[in-house]
Amino acid sequence: MTEDLVLPAPREAATDATDAPGEPLLVVEKLVKHFPVKGGFPIRRTVGQVQAVDGIDLTVHVGESFGLVGESGCGKSTTGRLITKLLEPTGGSISYRGKDITHATRRQLAPIRSEIQMIFQDPYSSLNPRQTVGKIISGPMEINGLEPEGGHEKRVRELLEIVGLNPEHYNRFPHEFSGGQRQRIGVARALALEPKLIVADEPVSALDVSIQAQVVNLLQKVQQELGIAFLFIAHDLAVVRHFSQRVAVMYLGKVIEVGDRDSIYTRPRHPYTHALLSAVPEVNVGGEDTEDGEDVPQRERIRLAGDVPSPISPPSGCRFRTRCWKAQDKCAAEEPPLIQISGNHAGHLTACHFPEEPTIEARDEDIVLDPALVALEESDD
Amino acid sequence: MWIRFKRDRTGVISAYVVLFFFLIGLLAPVISKLYGKDPYTVYADERPELFDSAGVPVQPNGGISGEFWFGLEPGNGYDVFTKLLYGIRTSLMISVAVTLATVLTGILLGVTAGYLGGKADYWISRVIDFLLAFPAQLFFIASMPVVVSLFVSPRDETPVYVRVVALILVQWFLGWMSLGRILRGTTLALREREFIEAAKVSGAPPGRIIRKEILPNVVTPILVQGTYMLPNFVTAEAGLSFLGVGIVEPTPDWGQMFAKASTELVMQNDITYMFFPGISMIVFIVAFNLLGDSVRDAFDPKTAR
Ligand SMILES: Nc1ncnc2c1ncn2[C@@H]1O[C@H](COP(=O)(O)OP(=O)(O)OP(=O)(O)O)[C@@H](O)[C@H]1O
Ligand code: SF4
Ligand SMILES: [Mg+2]
Repeated sequence: MTEDLVLPAPREAATDATDAPGEPLLVVEKLVKHFPVKGGFPIRRTVGQVQAVDGIDLTVHVGESFGLVGESGCGKSTTGRLITKLLEPTGGSISYRGKDITHATRRQLAPIRSEIQMIFQDPYSSLNPRQTVGKIISGPMEINGLEPEGGHEKRVRELLEIVGLNPEHYNRFPHEFSGGQRQRIGVARALALEPKLIVADEPVSALDVSIQAQVVNLLQKVQQELGIAFLFIAHDLAVVRHFSQRVAVMYLGKVIEVGDRDSIYTRPRHPYTHALLSAVPEVNVGGEDTEDGEDVPQRERIRLAGDVPSPISPPSGCRFRTRCWKAQDKCAAEEPPLIQISGNHAGHLTACHFPEEPTIEARDEDIVLDPALVALEESDD
Repeated sequence: MWIRFKRDRTGVISAYVVLFFFLIGLLAPVISKLYGKDPYTVYADERPELFDSAGVPVQPNGGISGEFWFGLEPGNGYDVFTKLLYGIRTSLMISVAVTLATVLTGILLGVTAGYLGGKADYWISRVIDFLLAFPAQLFFIASMPVVVSLFVSPRDETPVYVRVVALILVQWFLGWMSLGRILRGTTLALREREFIEAAKVSGAPPGRIIRKEILPNVVTPILVQGTYMLPNFVTAEAGLSFLGVGIVEPTPDWGQMFAKASTELVMQNDITYMFFPGISMIVFIVAFNLLGDSVRDAFDPKTAR
């Protein structure tokens, strides 16, 4: 993956003012998605709502890589599917380049369909087993009436080369490829439409650790050289660390902290972000801290207890309060707003009544809330 | 997959047997022309010297001779060989038509239910449950005359094609559910696969998704189920004709030959008559079912033999 990518010149010049880097590309406001829970006999009726996404605000700028992080089940995929219009939002709004697409139908969406693409989590289910690689990648072009110079086949070969695959594999079927290669095919398919925004839903979490880095590098290259904005979804902070300029942390359908990379990784304020960070393996911390000439300090240890509460009946007030070591009465009564807390950099927003210190250095005492872990450690001593 | 099938000796042999039967059916007019007889000639009138006073062939074994290879039918004295050829032809034509109709219906309703989900799925599934609860054999027997009378008044002579159409309709009506249900399930599972979402994200209309993404992935269950259904339709059709509600004399039909074989006159005087339609049908059904097994094995290497 060291060879330079051969990239075709951008097809259309960026004449549009909204194409300039830094302009908001995608704006999501108060986005809500509830899934009805059906039950009852003999007449099935709605007995509850899974509050998968419950009022989130996000802005992705042109050419920016944005990371969305959260534990399993917190609504990351749902958010991605809402943005790519695979799901119909329950409330809120999504606008793309200033155009409201919240409830756009397939036809209304047609002009911008090609600009928002998606890379999927599972490379084994995201490629149709009965289509050749060529068909898979040229399909989107066919649907959108794209007629690249030199025909579809030439373009597909070009794309295969861009994602680091042999163009001669044009006529092969997906089962002849490994997971990493399949994911590259998925990337090529997303690139076929020359999108401006790619939603990548845990694009590497199904891959071998050794291959993850390769695919992340590929995505990074694509992002930087083609100037495509990325919404990169991941379930831990390690993967998005080197990839994303800005990061949002989700918990139970809400964004609880958002900010640029440095703010989130070195000056987090929300207790949950602290907990997530302490779960990041130490080895890849390196990088920024040492370059700044600082010693790598011992990091804090936080081990949360219990599971994420059910999104069907989330806790009142702050949703993290059932697992938070700082929770007080106010947390149950009032929902903390997502605001810039004093001491935060601009654009670093946190939703917490009693934020933590902006550091990730080791505390006097580790926070270990899991009774089983406590018992384990005690027996160790 | 094709290679796996070819390695399966039983499968290949039964495929040839099945093919042989279809060729016979297809070429029945050619064969009988070469052979020089047809299934409608009443040899009891044409060549009375071959029959005794009761209408039973004089020669032993039902009148088998160099001239009448499979003998003659007691009573009217039809030529058994050509009759069997044409009988196979009629039966297979009807069964193939029923299979095509049921497969098409199964695809249409099953894939629709699975892909659309929600209300459409609910109602199609309820219809499937309802129809599956019908006692099929009883329904066939009871409804055949009803369906026929929809086309012609009972006093008139019923044309052959009406009986054929009625047979197809009745079997189709209760035949599509199993495939429909299987396809509904497969489509439901496929719909959740990410490549369907990928197609949606690139703006594919539902029609294209069904044609290009779903249908190629349900070919296997269709073929497997189809090879199981066809022999069942052959026996069902034979059963109906045997019971006298299907194809009737003088139109030759496989099942109706059994009916003839079990009449008193034939039973008591000419056991050999039963032999030809019986053996041929057993061979056909067994071969076709073995073929079905082999097709399934070839498509699905996980199931052990
Ligand atoms: N189609 C659906 N119907 C009902 N509930 C759903 C549906 N899709 C998701 N959910 C629920 O919404 C919640 C959020 O799901 P989502 O897939 O967005 O989580 P996630 O953050 O992507 O998790 P993971 O890391 O496991 O992919 C979950 O509780 C899930 O059970
Ligand atoms: S608001 Fe309260 S419960 Fe929620 S994270 Fe902050 S301190 Fe913990
Ligand atoms: Mg997910």
